[in-house]
Order: sequence, then C-alpha cells, then structure tokens
Amino acid sequence: MLALLATVLLYALHQDFWFWREARPLVFGFLPIGLFYHAAYTVAASGLLWMLVRSHWPAHLEDVSHE
Amino acid sequence: MIPAVVVFVYLGAVLAIGLMARRASAGRQDAEDFFLAGRSLGPAVFLLSLFGANMTAFSILGASGHAFANGIVTYGLMASSSALIIPLSLFVIGTRLWALGKRHGFMTPVQMFRDRWECAHIGTVIFAVQAVLLVPYIVIAVIGGGTTLRAVSGGWVPFWLGGAVVSLVVMGYVLFGGMRGIAWVNTFQTVLFLSFGAIAVVTIGHGMGGFRQAVESMLASPTTAPLLTRERVSPLYFFSYTFIPLSSIAFPHIGIFCLTARRLAYFRKTVVLYPVCMLAIWLPSVFLGVVANRATDIPAVKAKVEARATLATEGPTLSADRRDQLRAEASGDDVILKLVEGYAPLWLTAVLGAAVMAAVMASDSQILALSTMFTEDVFAFYVGTTRARDALQVQTGRLFVVLVTLVAYIVALAAPQSIFDIATQYAFAGYAALTPLLVAALFWRGSTRWGALASTVWTAVAVLAIAVLQTVVPPPPPGAAVSILSVAGVDVIARAASGTTVLGLLPVVPMTLISALLMVVVSRVTAASRPAAATLARYF
Repeated sequence: MLALLATVLLYALHQDFWFWREARPLVFGFLPIGLFYHAAYTVAASGLLWMLVRSHWPAHLEDVSHE
Repeated sequence: MIPAVVVFVYLGAVLAIGLMARRASAGRQDAEDFFLAGRSLGPAVFLLSLFGANMTAFSILGASGHAFANGIVTYGLMASSSALIIPLSLFVIGTRLWALGKRHGFMTPVQMFRDRWECAHIGTVIFAVQAVLLVPYIVIAVIGGGTTLRAVSGGWVPFWLGGAVVSLVVMGYVLFGGMRGIAWVNTFQTVLFLSFGAIAVVTIGHGMGGFRQAVESMLASPTTAPLLTRERVSPLYFFSYTFIPLSSIAFPHIGIFCLTARRLAYFRKTVVLYPVCMLAIWLPSVFLGVVANRATDIPAVKAKVEARATLATEGPTLSADRRDQLRAEASGDDVILKLVEGYAPLWLTAVLGAAVMAAVMASDSQILALSTMFTEDVFAFYVGTTRARDALQVQTGRLFVVLVTLVAYIVALAAPQSIFDIATQYAFAGYAALTPLLVAALFWRGSTRWGALASTVWTAVAVLAIAVLQTVVPPPPPGAAVSILSVAGVDVIARAASGTTVLGLLPVVPMTLISALLMVVVSRVTAASRPAAATLARYF
C-alpha cells in the first residue's frame, strides 16, 4: 500500500504547476528551475524504483518459469 | 568531409559487430536464437540494449528539435514522465512477459494473447494493427539517418543516399546477427552516446561563451524568454503527455526484448538505472536544443530562427504552402548537429556525428520485431510450426527484414513531416491505446478475446481518424487552433499547429481510456467466452 501511495504521489508531482511561469532561480547559474525540477524528478524516479525492486520483487515468477 | 568519413567508419564497425554476433551463434541457427538471442542476454547487455531499443532518432534529433521550438517543456513532456512510467511498466508487465515466455515458449506478444484468450484470427487482427503502427517508428530512423549523414557531410551526402546507407547497414547486421547482433550493436551504441552527451554540453557551452550568458540573454528577450518556462503549454496538455510512455511496453520490440534476458533478476538493474540513462541522454539534448536559439552566429541556425519568426508574425496572412515551407525551414530536427558543427573542433564533430548516428539507428529492433511477428504470428501460425521448421522460420524472418527495410526507406523519402510529429501522432498514441490488452491479459481473469478485439479495432479506427483529420485539415498558424467539433460552445476536437487535441488533451488520453473501457465493458458482456479454467490456471 505504501509503495502504491509513493508511486501515485510521484506521478502527481510530475504536474509541477508551481514552476510553470518561472525560469528563475537559475540553478548552477544557467539551468532554469523548471528544467532542474524535472531532472531531479528523474533521479527521484530511480530512487522509487530502487525501493520497489527491493521491497516488491516478484521472485515467484523466476520459480514459475522453471516449472 | 572528415566527420562523414568517421561516421562511415562507425557504420562499418557496427556491421562488423553484427558479423561477430553471427559467429557467436554459429552453433545454433534455430528460430529462438535468431529472434531472441536464445533468451541468453546478460544483465549489462540487457539494460543497455533495451534502453537503446527505446532511444530513437526521436529522442535525440526530435527532442532537441522540439526543445528548439518549444523550450524546456520538452523534458517534462517526454523524459521525466517516461523515466517513471517506462521502468515501472518493465517492472510490472515486463517481468511477467519474461516468465510466461520462458515457461510457454512465446516469442511474440500475439502468441501470448492467442494462448491467453484462446483465439486465432483475433490474434491476427492484433498483429496487423501492431505491424501497421510499427512502420512509422522504423521510418523515423531512416529519416534520422538521412538527416544526420547529410548534416555531418555538409550536404555532400544527400538525404536519400544517407537514408539508404543507414538502411543497408541496419539491414545487414540484423540479417547476419539477428537479436544477438542487435543487442551487441545497441549496447555499443548506447555506451557511445552516453559517453559523449556530456562532452557535447561542455564543448558547445565553451563555444557559445558559456551557458550562463546564453540563458541570461534569452531571458532578456521577449521572444525567447518563454522557452525557459512552460507558459506556452497548458497544464492539461502537459498532463496528457504522461500517457505517451504507456506505449513503450506495448511496442512489440520492447515486449520481445523482455524475453531475451537469461534471468529475471536482470530486470532489477534495468528498472533502477533506466531513469538515470534517460537523464544522461535527454537533459543534454533538450538543454542544447533550447540554447540553440541563441546560436544565431551559425548561419543555418539563424535561418531557422528567422523562418520561425516569419511564421509567427505573418503566418495568418500566408498561404498554406508558404507556411509548410517555413515550417520545414524552421524545423529543428538537425539543430544539435548544427551546434556541434558550429562550435566543436573537427575531430569532435566527427565523433559526435557518429554518436548521434548511434541513436538514430535504433530501428534495428523494430525491424527484427516485425520480422519475428510476421514469421511467428502469421507464417508459423497458419503454416503450422511442424511444417515451418526452425530453418525455414529463420529464412522467412530474414526475407521479411529486407522487405520491411525497403518499405520504410520508400516511405521515408516521401514523408516530409517532422520526426516528432510522426512519432507522437501515430505510433506512440496507438501503442498506448493497446496497453490495456497487456494489462487485461496479465492481471484480469475476466477479460475475453472480444474485449481484446474491441480495444484493438478502436485503436485502429482512432489512429486512422487522426491521420485523416490531420491530412484534411491543414495546420493553422502557430498559436491559433481550428475547431473541428464544438458542443455547446466547447471545442471538443480542435486542430492546432502541433496536432489534434480532444478537449485540450492529446488524443492519446481518450484513445487509451476508451480502449480500457471497451476492454472492461465488452469482456463483461461476453463473459461466456472466457477461456477454460485450465488456460486461466496457467496465468493466475
């Protein structure tokens, strides 16, 4: 349930209306905040997937394939 | 000339890799080895080749071209949502496809659908729709190849010849190496591109006098400042793009790639590292596409910016033909190559040209997927696997590789639309609408073959309707929209410069939701045709 909630939350966070019309602050002096947010979002996606793989790995499928 | 030579050397190298793959599989010439690399790929090759199979001309040339015209929104539209949804679909659906393939010997998604829903000809209908939707994706790569070779050779290699060379090379290593050749070449290509993305950013940034200055200068101009925000795109439109990555797992070449891993555990690293690879390729592509708007000291880029400005200011008063001409001139599909040409030293231009070529040649797995589908879903199914012996299946597969490549090349010569448009409006939306088939087959006992047929036919009709609509109604000037269907003062269907919208959303949203709804409703109505208990027991 927690995994599902985390996934839905991350999906919802993709819709970052709060940075819609803003280019500033420029992260590292040149990266518009909207672009930086989505780059960070990509890293967060990797983190969530790491958590899912650790906690909800469908190991039973490997057994099934050997039947 | 030197960049073109390096790119040709690179093309020779990938052909050689294909030949090496053929040697590696010399002991096995059966269909499973040719079409699935014997289900034997290791973890690194599986990750890099699967990622490479998803990265096409679209993700490099299309992404930077789209960012050149639309700004930073491109990354949020396609990259960040894909970074979550594609690996998630590999985790949830891909792992199950792998297990079923290993257990029952499936080589294509349609083989699984036929078994799961106990159907024959409905499987053929699904095959036909999948095949038709896959061709545009292959065409993208030919266009990308032609565009790249023309750009890196300074026009010395014309578009038609560049496309032909790329098609022949891809066809060559697919014919020789089959899936193993594709996996090795994709691995080589993905490593190459991941390595040089950062180099491109540093070199071009240095050439432009620093990105800080370029971005500040863009912010100071009212015409370019909006490219650094998302103010020109509605939140609804932005949201609708999150449906596009659903298409990935429904693409037959991705579904088939899921069957090539030796062990289920190899999905782990692929799922976790996929977003990181997305970041490494898309962030440089999009950012460089955006800042290219300040690279007007490069004549080719300046011409594009001027054509776009003319289109924006005089568009409504121009003829449709003149607008089409200006759109072609303003197209940014080759803008990243123009930046490299303008700012990088010659040797680096050559290497980067080869790296871009690596990305645009990802049509190999689509070509082999079509060939696998034709061989297994049509030829072996109707002729019978006993009569269609392994050797005959491989020969048929190879013949189809040649035919598919030829058709894609001819279509590419006659297709003037931008890479991005073709990709999103036809193939991606169609496959996203086919995703409910996979979800229902793997997770819903109550789904029936009639539900699957309803979803498939709906997808075909919807894609056809969009194609007809976009052909009949020419694109209006940028910023304007032509109402096609209006109800009570609300624009239900509209034609904008970027494509068709339905209630302000991309067509992919209603297409996918209606496809899912049809699957549910029709399956419930036809509950009597559910598969036998023994069949269901194999899946649940």
